[in-house]
Amino acid sequence: MTKDDGETVEEQKKKPCRFWIWALSSVLFRLILISFAGNLNLSSRPEVSTPLTSIRRLAEGYWLKQASMSPYAGSMYHGSPLLLSLLGLLTVQRIKGQPSHLFCSLVFVIADILSAILLRGIGHKLQMAYGLNARLLGLLKSPTDKEGILPSGDIAALVYLWNPFTIVCCVGLSTSPIENMAVILALNGAVTRRVPLAAFGLVMATHLSLYPAILTIPVIFLLGYGLDAPPLKLFLQTRNVESDNRSSTSSASKQAKSKPTAQLPFLWRTVVHFVFWVLVWSLCVLVLCGLSLSKHGGLEEMFKRTYGFILSIEDLSPNIGVFWYFFAEVFDFFRSFFLIVFHVNILFMLLPLAIRLKHRPCFLAFIYLAISSLLKSYPSVGDSALYLSLWALFVNELADMKFSFFLFCGYLGVSLLSPVMHNLWIWRGTGNANFYFGNAIGYACFQIVFVVESVSAMLNHDRALKKCNPNHQKVKN
Amino acid sequence: MARTVLTWWIPLLILQSFLLAIAFGSNEVEEEFSESLLLKPLPDRKVLAHFHFENRAPPSNSHGRHHHLFPKAISQLVKKFRVKEMELSFTQGRWNHEHWGGYDSLSSMNAKPVGVELWAVFDVPHAQVDTSWKNLTHALSGLFCASINFLESSTSYAAPTWGFGRSADKLRYGSLPREAVCTENLTPWLKLLPCRDKDGISALMNRPSVYRGFYHSQRLHLSMVDSGEEGLGSGMLLEQSLTVVLQPDTVYDGKDLQPSWSLSSLFGRKVVGKCVLAKSSNVYLQMEGLAHQALWKNEEFELSTQPDRTLRESSSFLYIFNIDKSSDSEPFDLGLTWKLPSKWSCKQAPLHASRFLMGSGNERGAIAILLKATESQDKLSGRDLTNGGRCTIRANVFQIFPWYVKVYYHTLQIFVDQQQNTSSEVLKKINVSPSTDKMSSGMMEMMLELPCEVKSAAISIEYDKGFLHIDEYPPDANQGFDIPSALISFPDHHANLDFKEELSTLPLLSKFKEKSLVRSYTEVLLVPLTTPDFSMPYNVITITCTVFALYFGSLLNALRRRIGEEERFLKSKGKKTGGLKQLLSRFTAKIRGRPVESPSSESTAAAQSSVLSSKLLFKIILVAGVAAAWQYFSTDK
Repeated sequence: MTKDDGETVEEQKKKPCRFWIWALSSVLFRLILISFAGNLNLSSRPEVSTPLTSIRRLAEGYWLKQASMSPYAGSMYHGSPLLLSLLGLLTVQRIKGQPSHLFCSLVFVIADILSAILLRGIGHKLQMAYGLNARLLGLLKSPTDKEGILPSGDIAALVYLWNPFTIVCCVGLSTSPIENMAVILALNGAVTRRVPLAAFGLVMATHLSLYPAILTIPVIFLLGYGLDAPPLKLFLQTRNVESDNRSSTSSASKQAKSKPTAQLPFLWRTVVHFVFWVLVWSLCVLVLCGLSLSKHGGLEEMFKRTYGFILSIEDLSPNIGVFWYFFAEVFDFFRSFFLIVFHVNILFMLLPLAIRLKHRPCFLAFIYLAISSLLKSYPSVGDSALYLSLWALFVNELADMKFSFFLFCGYLGVSLLSPVMHNLWIWRGTGNANFYFGNAIGYACFQIVFVVESVSAMLNHDRALKKCNPNHQKVKN
Repeated sequence: MARTVLTWWIPLLILQSFLLAIAFGSNEVEEEFSESLLLKPLPDRKVLAHFHFENRAPPSNSHGRHHHLFPKAISQLVKKFRVKEMELSFTQGRWNHEHWGGYDSLSSMNAKPVGVELWAVFDVPHAQVDTSWKNLTHALSGLFCASINFLESSTSYAAPTWGFGRSADKLRYGSLPREAVCTENLTPWLKLLPCRDKDGISALMNRPSVYRGFYHSQRLHLSMVDSGEEGLGSGMLLEQSLTVVLQPDTVYDGKDLQPSWSLSSLFGRKVVGKCVLAKSSNVYLQMEGLAHQALWKNEEFELSTQPDRTLRESSSFLYIFNIDKSSDSEPFDLGLTWKLPSKWSCKQAPLHASRFLMGSGNERGAIAILLKATESQDKLSGRDLTNGGRCTIRANVFQIFPWYVKVYYHTLQIFVDQQQNTSSEVLKKINVSPSTDKMSSGMMEMMLELPCEVKSAAISIEYDKGFLHIDEYPPDANQGFDIPSALISFPDHHANLDFKEELSTLPLLSKFKEKSLVRSYTEVLLVPLTTPDFSMPYNVITITCTVFALYFGSLLNALRRRIGEEERFLKSKGKKTGGLKQLLSRFTAKIRGRPVESPSSESTAAAQSSVLSSKLLFKIILVAGVAAAWQYFSTDK
């Protein structure tokens, strides 16, 4: 017995060791790639840098600002003024003999590592919650029994670090690692119940790329209801069965069944606390932005050039989304109609998902992020990297997801074909825009299948829990 | 009754006309018109002909809206849009700075970029300048049969501050490199002349010979002349010039002689008399850089007509011919016959500018402007020695970028003699107004200060190519888009013809005597942009919408599905079978000629499918019926 204990302790010691080795090697891999960054020319790939995240545009914005013009003069820079003052200085710093933008790359590597660590924190919490819930439902017998529960935190962190999409974004100098970090920070804050941190992450993420604003719903659920858990009904049934066993009268059980189920306590105080902090941080951000843009049009200009640019899809340069081609082709008369339709498509799905998945707020956040990356006006692979690593947080729940191999092949195929099609169209001139657009449509389809399958796998998992639950059978009988 | 009115009115009218005549007579300054033609043999066996017409309306209020000689269309334009100064040029072909000269008044004023170039200074409040510009472009467009109205959109013009060489804050500049210039632009231009092309020097403008040339540029320059007197308006000065470079037809005689020519061989016509309305009417012949005496017949060449006057300039001779004497019986036909081979070169601008594109593919590229030192640079006198004894050449670069060329100004690099230079050493001043997508064009003004001993200087700037909406592409989208010429001017260098004589009676020469800024335009660049598939709008809309419908439907379905309920629903469905359905299934079975399938619980799937098909059939019939009824009723009315 003691021997076994010793082995498990050793294993537990070994596991973090292995994790850190993998994490360090991913950092090393990044550094090696950065030293070849000039040859790879990743920063000009449309898959990596969109008009919102391109470092060249940021450098242009910084140049304009240095020339005492508004950074938003011209249609180059559309990012946040705070990011400009943080990264702008680094874009002009150069060491002889080293690739340009070296400091920026290092910042992005650090952002990636921080995101991975934060993800690991989220994963640990979720894993503990999963174990606890399984024990409560009676699926696991002993409190030390951890068989079958995968260390989702480590897996998610490694998936994030070793995902080719993340690596490409980091080496390709797009600002999406920082945006992703803000999103993960918000989730981490909510999971670990550090309300100011969650509010800060959410405000920063919204400020940087607008779409994370929809994460307000899952974060509030996380703070109000707590971590992901199976539906409340199951616990109530378990409790009922226990009481049945005690009283062993059918009438009592019937009464218990018909009794309105007790609501899960919603922690209003935490949520109010959160809203307060959101207001505080938004005020801070707005004041800082206002100060940095006071000479050049102020906040109104900022909102027009960042959020306005995102919502009106002015830039029609190709990316892996489908909107650029759609709005390059659609008749001007219908332009505003389709703009509304596509943006509302995100909003329409929020409520049904929130109702159905309110007991799993983290999973809800993942689905929201996947949807927004699908329907974003300027998507990049950085967004996919984020939701794919969040998906890895639910390896335990989503173990029997359908089409996973098909999806893997799809993502692989699209990411291989996309540069080829782009090359054929833009550089060789032998293909036309439809080639690249077809690729983008394929990518959108794979993402749709991915989202739908994840949702149904999670719902099936809940159903399966119901069936596996030994008490469930009794209740039925 | 009518007769009595007439008898009263006629004397009154006569009286009025007398009064008017007195009013005109009392005004001493009159409108003036003068015509002149400058001919100049060029070193590369070509001949330059520069027609110059000057129309001067004196400042006065008494004229009202009426003019003797000045074109009414132009004066109305000036009054309506309050134009202070304006220049419009139509050019075809490129001025060869190396052979045709880059450091004389003629080239600095008349070497223009390809297509249409228009700039105007307005005398209106700042807020109204853009409106005036838009109206002016429309008016000119109608007046000259050209698509100048394309300059109306804010994406095609700019407001230069100092780089253009004229510091006026109400200046607007625009150019259309693709405009094809032809005879339909020349005819309205000629209509502004009092004698049109019927008489005088302008009668030489035989269309085929003018448009056969290597270069032709018709220019219209309008400026207001301040009278300086109180209460009097400002006068107007309209200069119209046509510059053509022609190749005389010659037979090669093996002696390397410059080609001999005459007016009739160049234009196919002769001058048969002056325009009677012109105050002065002269033909000039400029012989440049020759070491001969000022004789009109010497061992090198011979003129067919004796000049009325000969003028000596620092490096050239000018022969002046008066065409007053010529008539139908005795037409004026100046000819030049070479006797000895001779070579000379034209004065060059300090730096020769050229511009080119770098990079391949349709995603990004770079524009480079290359300034090369010319051979004659050492002989130049216009050096600026103020900078602590260091000899420097200053050059202004003025460049407009259309919005679809998205320039990264932070990538601006300057190379001096192939060595990359930090900007502050060479770049003295820079003014940038970045372009906004679909809103305004970008503009860059730079002042470079280069050392005199510089061999070459290059400026490069990177850009991304924009992607346009399908409606924004011109009909020939794959031809590419033009970037207007850059203007390189040398603020320390001025060109003029240095005469000692007083020349106020000869308008063209007095104009050349004034100092003018040395400037040169670069080539127009053709940027190919990627095109979307123009035949795809419907496909793209339907495919994209299908994909999003798929997303919305399948996700909602996944959320809505409840397995337990579905099982119960299927069970209940299996139990009940309606009478109508049975009837229908019997009916279909009869049609198919098969025995009736008994709806049993085992073959629920089959039953379901038959139910489905009957439902479908019913729906189709319903829809068809509705459609037929609709068709019937709608066609009835």
